[in-house]
Amino acid sequence: MIVDYLKVFLVGGIICLIGQVLINTTKMTSARILVGFLLTGVLLETVGVYKYIREWGQAGATVPIMGFGSNLAKGAIKGTIENGLLGAITGGIEAVAGGIAGVIFISFIVGLISSSKTK
Amino acid sequence: MQNQTIFFKNDIKIENTATIVGPKEHEGPIGRYFDKFVKDDLLGQKSYEKAETKLHVSTIKYLLNKSGYKDGDIDLCLMGDLMDEISGCNFTMRELDIPFMGVYNACATFAESLIIGANLLDSGNFKRIICSTSSHFSTAERQYRFPLELGNQRTPLAQWTCTGVGATLLNRENGKVKIDCATIGRVIDYGVTDANDMGAAMAPSARETLLSHFEATSREPDYYDLILTGDLGEAGHRLLILLMEEKGVRLKDNYSDCGILIFNRMGQDVGQGGSGAGCSSSVFNSFVYKKLVCGELNRVLLVPTGALVSKTSNLQGESIPGIAHAVSFERI
Amino acid sequence: MNEPNKEYLELVKKKMPKSHHLKTMFRAFWVGGLICCIGQGFNDLYTHFLGSKMPEEDISTLVTLTLITITVCLTGLGIYDKIGAYAGAGSIVPITGFANSVASPAIEHKREGVVLGLCSNMFSVAGPVIVFGITSSIVVGIIVLIFKGAFV
Repeated sequence: MIVDYLKVFLVGGIICLIGQVLINTTKMTSARILVGFLLTGVLLETVGVYKYIREWGQAGATVPIMGFGSNLAKGAIKGTIENGLLGAITGGIEAVAGGIAGVIFISFIVGLISSSKTK
Repeated sequence: MQNQTIFFKNDIKIENTATIVGPKEHEGPIGRYFDKFVKDDLLGQKSYEKAETKLHVSTIKYLLNKSGYKDGDIDLCLMGDLMDEISGCNFTMRELDIPFMGVYNACATFAESLIIGANLLDSGNFKRIICSTSSHFSTAERQYRFPLELGNQRTPLAQWTCTGVGATLLNRENGKVKIDCATIGRVIDYGVTDANDMGAAMAPSARETLLSHFEATSREPDYYDLILTGDLGEAGHRLLILLMEEKGVRLKDNYSDCGILIFNRMGQDVGQGGSGAGCSSSVFNSFVYKKLVCGELNRVLLVPTGALVSKTSNLQGESIPGIAHAVSFERI
Repeated sequence: MNEPNKEYLELVKKKMPKSHHLKTMFRAFWVGGLICCIGQGFNDLYTHFLGSKMPEEDISTLVTLTLITITVCLTGLGIYDKIGAYAGAGSIVPITGFANSVASPAIEHKREGVVLGLCSNMFSVAGPVIVFGITSSIVVGIIVLIFKGAFV
């Protein structure tokens, strides 16, 4: 149990640490960082590496945005194999539909209620 | 005019000044010099843009009250801020019955308005002119950077836009402080593209202006009790000292920067210091003016600096042009 | 006049202060690790109670939704940007960073109206993530379509 959480902490921490190195050295803004990690996730999943990271690191690999990318790729691969071209188009977004729908809905509600605060 | 420098024929005097700042500026090292401060930087308004306008209106009204004038006694307001189309000033002047001309030179706007104002007074066609600029952290942040609630890290070079307004009432009759000359700067662009590194973008223009000023006036940096750049911040301030040394001019302890003075860099988490159009105007109209009036300072050179950046041009890969104007003040 | 002054840019590079690498990296590491552990915690919790009824993937979606909800609420309360200022990439790289970059412009632009402010600016920061994500997934799908044998 504790060993599992240590693995999660380690994998998640290292991924974020790489992000911080990128921020410090390239002055990338958060949008670029997110896109970069997302595409890395898509790539690693497609070539079949990410599933090993996920098995070892569990949430450490799924919570970072790379996990979101790997889900997209996983869905696209599954969809294509099952449904051909149509599956290639719908598979990716189907796999992450929950996350995207959730973030839009909740942001809309919270956006209606709250205002930005004094800094 | 020689070497970009104007010597005024008449004495252009500062009759009065007024400043109102936000809570963070009030907590800073020179907080007690400001005339007034607000506890809530939203000022009970619906948006930060409206809040900045209200801050500006209050400052001008306070200045009029303080000096015993009505709207009709003032011939002209020369104002600027950092919002799109200087909209803050436009809405401010909706509340006042004073002729208005808007000016914009980013954070160097205050110097620009002073130089234009002093020249108009020198011509003899005007009696009293108000020069003022405002800025607000929350309006500048969303316009030039990111949404306030976005969880990104400020780079070590970032600066903190001051929330504050400073207004100066210029005339030819009354006052203990006069503007004796002013140097208009040229736009200098050495190719800095990092919008967070404004100190480096503005330092070369500050050097050009200072060098022209010293040459035209045959003065040395020691002539002034205080040389104050606008908002180069700590790192930019050190960079300018270095740049001036390259040209053989040494800036000593009498040189400082408004962005450094207004905040406590260690305790207030403001990066390299304050910035914004309201930074130089609120520091000059409170701290510096009061020290000039009471005699602690006799001669001051104010060099507000501006980074002429726009979000669009920066995204298109343009570098950031810098501008700086110098205004020399003397105690009478 | 418009040529970049290389000498000056070198000087700026040398003289201007830089990020504290070790400090920021340590902060990103422990906050990022912690956020992932929280995710794992929810994952274990949901598996314990719902594991018999739900496939693994649905539980994973549920965890994502939980993290997103918490982040958006923290953003609305004005707390998440403080975490971000401390942790840097530690709170940008996890899915919570994505949720924050959707919620923060939505909240920021509410004052320009619900339709043209809140809604149209909701993806002004995170839009590229959706565009690149969906585009790349379709590209992957087409690649799979061409080299089907390698993926079955």
